[in-house]
Amino acid sequence: MLKRIAQGLVAIVGALLIVFVAQRLSGDPVALMLPMDAGEEDFAAMRSALGLDKPLPLQFAIFLGNALQGDFGQSYQWNAPAMQLILERLPATLELAMAGLVFALLLAVPLGVLSAVHRGGAIDRAGKIFAMLGQAVPGFWIGLLLILFIAVELQWLPAFGRGDLSHLLLPAIALGWYPVAAMTRTLRSSMLDILESDYIRMERAIGLPERAIVWRYALRNAMAPLATMIGVYFANMLGGAFVIEVVFAWPGVGRTVVEAVFARDFPVVQAGVVLSAVVFVAVNLLVDLSYGFIDPRIRHD
Amino acid sequence: MVTSASSSNESLLEVQDLKTHLFLKRGVVRAVDGVSFDLAGGETLGLIGESGSGKTMTGLSLLGLPPKPAGRIVAGSIRLGGTELVGMGEEELAADVRGSRIAMISQDPMTSLNPVFTVGSQVAAPIRAHVADGNSRGAALDMAVRELDRVRVPSASARARDYPHQFSGGMRQRVVAAMAIACQPEVLIADEPTSALDVTIQVQLMDLIERIQGDTGAGLLFITHDLGVAASLCHRIAVMYAGRIVELAEVEALYRDPRHPYSQGLLASVPRLGQRKRLTSIPGNPPNPLSLPTGCAFHPRCPHATEQCRNEAPPEVTLNDGDTLSRRVACWLEA
Repeated sequence: MLKRIAQGLVAIVGALLIVFVAQRLSGDPVALMLPMDAGEEDFAAMRSALGLDKPLPLQFAIFLGNALQGDFGQSYQWNAPAMQLILERLPATLELAMAGLVFALLLAVPLGVLSAVHRGGAIDRAGKIFAMLGQAVPGFWIGLLLILFIAVELQWLPAFGRGDLSHLLLPAIALGWYPVAAMTRTLRSSMLDILESDYIRMERAIGLPERAIVWRYALRNAMAPLATMIGVYFANMLGGAFVIEVVFAWPGVGRTVVEAVFARDFPVVQAGVVLSAVVFVAVNLLVDLSYGFIDPRIRHD
Repeated sequence: MVTSASSSNESLLEVQDLKTHLFLKRGVVRAVDGVSFDLAGGETLGLIGESGSGKTMTGLSLLGLPPKPAGRIVAGSIRLGGTELVGMGEEELAADVRGSRIAMISQDPMTSLNPVFTVGSQVAAPIRAHVADGNSRGAALDMAVRELDRVRVPSASARARDYPHQFSGGMRQRVVAAMAIACQPEVLIADEPTSALDVTIQVQLMDLIERIQGDTGAGLLFITHDLGVAASLCHRIAVMYAGRIVELAEVEALYRDPRHPYSQGLLASVPRLGQRKRLTSIPGNPPNPLSLPTGCAFHPRCPHATEQCRNEAPPEVTLNDGDTLSRRVACWLEA
């Protein structure tokens, strides 16, 4: 576990390094900040004020020190600390990602299990087609279709913004769309293996009801590989819901970062990227911890 | 054709001309091809033969569990205390037969327990499913601990909270046995329960199975390829070859005087203490299950094969082994 935490910290420092380098590569920020008629002296003064005249390693050390305190500088657009802006948007993103995950699981778990139980049957074939669509059709396009039909044509649900549950539904479906496919297929294949195993045969031989065998005794064994996928996709949804958030005008981290990119608001972009990295590492640690609850063999190692 | 010798009214389990076939893409495997035997309460019947002879498939058929989707019971009858099991619905089998009236101790203790549930809850599962007083979780768990005690798992109440990976192979096999006997089944099938274990552990387990049978008076169908183990445990032995019982006899009579050439070959290939005779093996290989030889399936390997053996399947004939005992042989030499 300590090793995992150390690996996570290395990943976060790596993300910080990339952010730092990208910032230096993207040109002289001073040129953006100063008016067109500023002189050479003004540039030098501004550089030294920002610490840009110091050697690069030292600059990185200072950047790292600030970053560790959550200080990514002031937003250029809004007169507020960049990280604070991002953190304010985090609850909205969290809410959407959770909803997307719940939607994905509600669909993937029954579909994956039933596909395995009725292998080659109607549900299995439908699941295959669905999975192909899920992988081939991007979530934002599904989002646009949902807006067009459900929100605009039928006017059942609002098309954008954050509010009550009705606002959450469409973006959650669009966000959860892609993971459904992968989760269904993973669950199906692990359930197929498990349902052929000796212990399931034993459970049948002692006359346990088939429903209990499938949904309790087999499914719990299939949870470990599923937990891995949940971790990956949940982290992706938290850190990578840029497009869906933009499509549905969802006031989350993703949309804020996209807006900041267009406004060249570097501190906000950096804060967003680093936060994504932290969230990704944290979610994966949680998944690692969850293995112990799912599989006692790992708990006792 | 003469069928079963002694289908008395007292027998607990009567199997008549059972046929279980596997419908594969490459063809049909007649895994069980006309098997008849009966089993009385308290009796141990050994089912011996090489792997692929259909012994395990016979056991699984008794539970109505031939491997899905290829396997199917295509003919015959399995009567358990007068109830016909062939053709019974899946749910009824699960609710009223499997685990409660017929149970199976499976082959490999290392893979027969569910890795993510505690041992106690796994032994409690059949109790909750079949025993009326076992409805509550706590009561079922208490009963499960008693069963673990009965199979001599040390400090059972504490160990019931452990998971299978915390048990040794021998202990796991005891747990499997506890699951099987938890609901006091009338028929117990033991499918090579010792083949995955060390010799010393094997002996302990054999004793245990014998004791359980003594306690419960269950009929025991003991599936094995180990003639020594079968001799020490069984009252009667059925020798299987290519999906059929070729010889069924009292254990002593069979070992003293095997009548079917396959039984003779099997016994000649077992080393005996004090005998410095050279071991002989049966020539040839077990037949391809997809295309069994015509006539008697054993004829290509049989030293006594005649033209008749090649063309016609031998009838099952009943021979007298003394006043009360009888044996059944399917061989033209005895016909």
